[in-house]
Amino acid sequence: MSRNGPVALVYHALFVTFMLAPIGVVCWVAFTPEGFLSFPTDRWSLRWFAAIARYPEFVSAFWRSLWLGALSSAIAVAVSVPAALAIARHRFPGREAFTALFMSPLMIPHIVLGIAFLRFFTQIGLGGTFTGLVLSHIVIVLPFALRLTLASAVGLDRAIEHAAVSLGASEWTVLKRITLPLVVPGLASGWALAFINSFDEVTMTVFIAAPGTETLPVRMFLYIQDNIDPLVTSVSACVIAVTVVALIAMDRAYGLERLLVGRGNHGGTHGR
Amino acid sequence: MRAVPYLLSLPALLLFAGVVVIPLAMTVVLTFHDWGQYKGIEPVFILKNWQEVFGDPYYAEMFGRTFRIALIVTVLTALLGAPEAYILNRMKSPWRGLFLLVILGPLLISVVARTLGWALLFGGNSGLVNKALMSVGLISAPIPFMFTETGMVVALVHVLMPYMVLAVWAALQRLDPQVENAAVALGAGPLTVLCRIVLPQAMPGILSGAVIVFALAASAFATPAIIGGRRLKVASTLAYDEFLNTLNWPLGAVVAVLLLLALVLIVVGANRLVERRYAQVFG
Repeated sequence: MSRNGPVALVYHALFVTFMLAPIGVVCWVAFTPEGFLSFPTDRWSLRWFAAIARYPEFVSAFWRSLWLGALSSAIAVAVSVPAALAIARHRFPGREAFTALFMSPLMIPHIVLGIAFLRFFTQIGLGGTFTGLVLSHIVIVLPFALRLTLASAVGLDRAIEHAAVSLGASEWTVLKRITLPLVVPGLASGWALAFINSFDEVTMTVFIAAPGTETLPVRMFLYIQDNIDPLVTSVSACVIAVTVVALIAMDRAYGLERLLVGRGNHGGTHGR
Repeated sequence: MRAVPYLLSLPALLLFAGVVVIPLAMTVVLTFHDWGQYKGIEPVFILKNWQEVFGDPYYAEMFGRTFRIALIVTVLTALLGAPEAYILNRMKSPWRGLFLLVILGPLLISVVARTLGWALLFGGNSGLVNKALMSVGLISAPIPFMFTETGMVVALVHVLMPYMVLAVWAALQRLDPQVENAAVALGAGPLTVLCRIVLPQAMPGILSGAVIVFALAASAFATPAIIGGRRLKVASTLAYDEFLNTLNWPLGAVVAVLLLLALVLIVVGANRLVERRYAQVFG
């Protein structure tokens, strides 16, 4: 395979600059010592990070987003494990339709889901409640959880389980010592990807969150609609920092490429 | 035993029937209800909202803008993202992983934070982007980015670029480097290799990436809302306004249902086309 020429490398540098510029700029402005938007050059300050503590709506929205993401991703993984087993290990009428249905939140625009949920939750008396947020977030993150649980269910070599049984292991031992250790990395990554998607979701949530149940991205969005000041850049910088840490952890644990491309070659060497 | 897969899928099925199918059906029903400033939503069956959206040229212009922006964003991500995926694919081991992380990572960073970055970069006529473009001599007068379609396109290209790079990257992974080497050994120049070997094999990836980017660009909300401000509306921001400001839910529901129908038609049609054209590649 040939190497990249100088033209390709210049293009690559420009491309990476384009991708990183807006993210870098947010973090840069967040360190301004001024009371207005400016790019700090000689003097840097943490005053706008300290200021976050004086805005309880951002702090409570952050904790709410964290709980919402953790809870809805955990339920999404719990629901998608049996579904993934059904899809991976059985051939039955309706299998394709079920898969398409469970993946459909990826294809339905979030704006449409937000409107549908707003109408639905208002009608059944869950409008603006945390329960409504959890239900809606389970649905939108389920495709991510299902894709990774499915990948680990498909990649699971049943010969290993059979081998354990033939060597005298009980069903419980097989589950505990063989099956679970093999699928846990997939489930954990599915949960993490679901969590990040829930944590970042704004389009759908902006419709169903009421003033007392706003998530962090919704709070940030509504704040930016009114005015852009250094406070919202320091909040954004914190969100970016949290995401980058989660990203690097996921990349180390599972491989970002595998996570996003979603190929089911879990465990690697066997089969195919 | 035959019931086992159904029992296993039951929790997910119940959830989706209750929380996806029923709300969507209710939204379609909502489009036929009447609404008035003082009486609110009346559960009757009328075509008023549909007639209003189809009759008023304002909505045609707004949908036209939505799909025009989506199309330009799709073409730009393909033109810019496909070469980058190819360059990434030719990189050596530590760099490849690092830059893949750098380029795909933004996908998982909050859209609000990324768009805020563009709002800061655009920042009126004295924004950093204009300063940079003028200092290298690409433009002589500042381009207005905030509250314009140009700004929306630039920000959306950035927000959706990782999907295109990802799709092309996945297609290039299937490419056998030996075929390229064989072409070179048989005397093909680099341009011939690119056009005759690499591009045809990357095409399914570019097309599937284009379908994803188009669908997401046409229904994007946070980016057009922040960059476009209160005046420059696309379908999703208009629906948001009808729901949360004007409170004319039935009319907002018509806009949303139309957007969904248009997207389903376009995406399904494009997928058919891609599958037929590249049946042998996928098969």
